[in-house]
Amino acid sequence: MAAVNVLEAKGLTKIYGGVEANVDVDLHLDQGKITALIGPNGAGKSTFVGMISGRIAPTRGTVYFKGRDISQLPAHKRMQLGMAYTFQITSIFPGLSVYDNVALAAGLRLAHDKQAHDAKVHAVLDRIGLDDRADQTAGDLSYGHQRVLEIAMGLAQEPEVFILDEPTQGLSETEVDAFIALMKSIAGETTILLIEHNMRVVAALADHVTVLDQGRVLASGTFAEIHANDAVQAAYLGSTPHA
Amino acid sequence: MMASRKPLALHLGILALLLVLFFVLPAYHVGAFSRIMVLAIYAMGYNLLFGYTGLLSLGHAMFFAAGMYGFGLTTNLTGFSVIPAFASAMLAAGLLALGVGYLALRTAGVAFMIVTLMFAQTVYLIILYFGTYTRGDEGFVVQQAQRQLAGIDLTTETARYFTAFILFSVCFLAMAKLVQMPFGKRLIAIRENEERARMLGYDVANLKLRAMVISGVFSGVAGASYALLFGYVGASFAGVQYSIFPLLWVLLGGAGTTIGPLIGVIFMFYLIDISSGWTNAYMLVAGIVLVLLTLFAPQGIVGTLRKRGVAWLP
Repeated sequence: MAAVNVLEAKGLTKIYGGVEANVDVDLHLDQGKITALIGPNGAGKSTFVGMISGRIAPTRGTVYFKGRDISQLPAHKRMQLGMAYTFQITSIFPGLSVYDNVALAAGLRLAHDKQAHDAKVHAVLDRIGLDDRADQTAGDLSYGHQRVLEIAMGLAQEPEVFILDEPTQGLSETEVDAFIALMKSIAGETTILLIEHNMRVVAALADHVTVLDQGRVLASGTFAEIHANDAVQAAYLGSTPHA
Repeated sequence: MMASRKPLALHLGILALLLVLFFVLPAYHVGAFSRIMVLAIYAMGYNLLFGYTGLLSLGHAMFFAAGMYGFGLTTNLTGFSVIPAFASAMLAAGLLALGVGYLALRTAGVAFMIVTLMFAQTVYLIILYFGTYTRGDEGFVVQQAQRQLAGIDLTTETARYFTAFILFSVCFLAMAKLVQMPFGKRLIAIRENEERARMLGYDVANLKLRAMVISGVFSGVAGASYALLFGYVGASFAGVQYSIFPLLWVLLGGAGTTIGPLIGVIFMFYLIDISSGWTNAYMLVAGIVLVLLTLFAPQGIVGTLRKRGVAWLP
């Protein structure tokens, strides 16, 4: 590996009562690359990113961000370091305008500078195609637009590591295409961890794929390698993946 | 630019109106408005926590009482003049809010309501317990001689109105500014979606504690103003009903709006005032009106106006 590890998880384990949600999961994210985390339902993907982002306390294991052990940091401090996280179930500020939603996301870094703040919000809205809806109440947006808005909030945070938990769930095919294009445009500057069920998205975007099954890493490699892996085929992809 | 000027014009217009009212209203209503403005400060403090941050406290009477007793006991026991006594009242309310907030904010929702209610009951019982100084239920009077500021006798109707007006204006404009600042926007974010706010990198626990302290200080300012202007300090102001009142005022006027608390206090004051002129069962009238308002204008008077087209209302 020539690339630099931005984020690294070592031996992350979460045991709920007797249920092993994650056991000794190792994963590293290469700078500027897109890593996809895939696996059947209940494989422990959301638990894993929950532990990385600080929403879930691990039973054991360590998370490093740019070489620094951040295992003890609460979630908001990890976000302050340069992480962003979008929820599996759309999580926005429904009662606020689209503008205010993005402004809050950008506000952590830019609230002290009104002009730069405003410019950033408009730049992000423009990039994501929501600029004409800036004054709309976010809760009134269509489902697809709400998901796009949440991604826009992540962009406004200017993260070094962007974690997206099933971002294309429920999106139409054209919206998925737009999402793929957007992710391609930010990869390189941003390191992306993508939890994804849609194999078309994974095939189009992922530089690296890690497969979780029953809380353990089943396989890891390029999409082609994973595609050819018999164990993965058996556990998850089935005989004819809809890619 | 127009959009940002309108709220300021509205706020200044309301203050101008309150100023004019002094000259046009009969004496009884001037007295009523002195009281309304003081109680509106209390309502604004409550609104910051409930309306903006989304934390429903059932124990705010303890902060009102901390200000009231902080002022009354300081003047009575130490003989401090108005300004240092007022400052110690604010300090008392702020420290109480810091301590209670530190403990109570570990809970949320219904548990937060219960914990704040319990703390307020504790404060109420402490007031009764130290009856030697507080004179318990009966309360005590802040003497006219102690209610003088820079040679002005604050017990006259005129001085009382203008003191209330100045205190209200400062709190009103400060609060309007506060909720427009990034800090205020972050509190609204917590109300709207706490987990999202946390995952945007905001220190939610710290923001809530700061909101609690500011809310407590505003409530304390109201309590101290009440003792200063009306000269009475009593345990009934620490009772449960004084924790419920600000909730009602804010709900009626419009939670999370800058002018809602004032509107709510005026509405409630005159609702009781007028209905008690008709019947002894005035609380029944008040109750029915409250039920109707909750049914047909659940966002309060200002909240409903904002929803029905006056969207710029701050």
